[in-house]
Amino acid sequence: MVLIFAETWNGQFKKSTFEAVRYGAECAKAQGSQAIAVVVGSCEPLVETLGAYGAAKVIHLKGSDRFEPHAYATALSALAAELGATQIVLNGTANGKSMAGLLAAMAQAGCISNVTALPSSFSPLTVQRSAFSSKGIEQCSSQTACTVLVLVPNALGTGPAGSDQAAAEDRNVAFVGKTTPGAAHVASGKIPLPEAERVVSAGRGMKGPDHWGMVEELAAVLNAGTACSKPVSDIGWRPHSEHVGQTGIQINPQLYIAIGISGAIQHLAGVSGSKTIVVINNDPEAPFFKAADYGVVGDAFDVIPRLTAALKAHLN
Amino acid sequence: MKILVCISHVPDTTAKIQFTANGAALDPAGVQFVINPYDEFGLTKALQLKESQGGTVTVVTYGDASVEATLRKALAIGADDAVRLDGVPTDALQVASELATYADGQGYDLIICGQESIDYNGGIVPGALAAKLDVPFVNACIGLEISGSNATLLREMDGGKEELTATLPMVIGGKKGLVEESELRIPNMRGIMTARTKPLAVTALAGAAATTSALSFAKPAPKAAVQLIDASNLDELVRRLHEEAKVI
Repeated sequence: MVLIFAETWNGQFKKSTFEAVRYGAECAKAQGSQAIAVVVGSCEPLVETLGAYGAAKVIHLKGSDRFEPHAYATALSALAAELGATQIVLNGTANGKSMAGLLAAMAQAGCISNVTALPSSFSPLTVQRSAFSSKGIEQCSSQTACTVLVLVPNALGTGPAGSDQAAAEDRNVAFVGKTTPGAAHVASGKIPLPEAERVVSAGRGMKGPDHWGMVEELAAVLNAGTACSKPVSDIGWRPHSEHVGQTGIQINPQLYIAIGISGAIQHLAGVSGSKTIVVINNDPEAPFFKAADYGVVGDAFDVIPRLTAALKAHLN
Repeated sequence: MKILVCISHVPDTTAKIQFTANGAALDPAGVQFVINPYDEFGLTKALQLKESQGGTVTVVTYGDASVEATLRKALAIGADDAVRLDGVPTDALQVASELATYADGQGYDLIICGQESIDYNGGIVPGALAAKLDVPFVNACIGLEISGSNATLLREMDGGKEELTATLPMVIGGKKGLVEESELRIPNMRGIMTARTKPLAVTALAGAAATTSALSFAKPAPKAAVQLIDASNLDELVRRLHEEAKVI
């Protein structure tokens, strides 16, 4: 069977959870086995609704509302052993990545992260992954009876939701962690970058932190996350958490709009998974245009407000 | 405090990545190798902790003799000694096993890894190492203070950050924020000279097996040429995003 970690945040399924469940269900179908999702802690929607993405069953573990990597990995590896999992599917969220290595070691499983496609074979398990910060595509195989697969968020999609209900089973588990989580600071209303379907990003071409209001307005119209280039986070115009690129956050949105970013190789490495890239730059020689689908040569301070207005008109 | 910093030897962030003709591996020709940037933040943090609290900083990597230049650079930046686990690693679980075998019983209070290496981007080693050593683990660590055997940490989570506490010994997967870019150190001449005589031990492997293997590598398909749109006609951009790209 295929075990899927169905991550929640604030009692709701994360968007990436539906991708992971769909992926696990497709793996199960291809092997003629069963997809079982695991939900930990309080969850407002009925856990049975994961059946809409192909889960045959959902095991709801009560006993923890706070992510702790050891505690969660211990619970999942115990379930994987009990149920005889051949794959354990996680999404590459912050928590998924925190847990992956621990879980693989505990479950004596091989681990393939950055997965960008369904397996091409199940004996041995062979799957495509991204490597060299999206500069390479690797075919990787696993030699273990059970393999942990960590998906790139946004890379695979959820597929259409069906109307099936999964079977549900509640269990009480004693979660014992090794660290003590304290206060969490999550900006409300902000879209986490790895999950954002649209991202608006700006660089040094904005000339200073005071000019970000127009970037945020454009992002708001598109319901997009906001991001920035490395130099901008290094000089402190924007927080590190917005830095996308090789050593920052890797993103795979449907739409990436880059404003005043020249397109250094390190930046491209983090954003080249974007489906559609729009580059706005006043320098027609900016290397980013070579990696873009659509380009506008123009001054950011002139183009951004007019693009925001044009999008507003279209979306209304 | 005894600190171990695990280091990867990786292509420079500006390197053009090419694969060998049969796609079996990275073609190292013409590639400059550096300390993995995530590890460099960790190394700098380790040196700051040593300077404020006393102790030693050891760097370790798993690789053949070609990685020694990277270890020497870490020594030039300020690490006290280096260890090379002698071999060519195949996968993350194998690396974690070998690191755990080496570190177990050495009495390290703190083991700092980068959250991932920028070559294979696995991100698996730090957590697997913590599991094998059975010690606390914090990934995407962007803040760390140590007082006695108590650690106060900050980790990045989706859309925000979380405060944590833990008791040493522990493993962290670090990144920028652990120290700032401006705090990174460039080796000076004295550092480079003393690095030549600092201890670099070569240790035999325990023989851990790999669990996965890379079958082949390819480069992503190149993008089609950019469609330039006149800055005076942004409605056209909106139209194409809607009708052609179907992203709005």
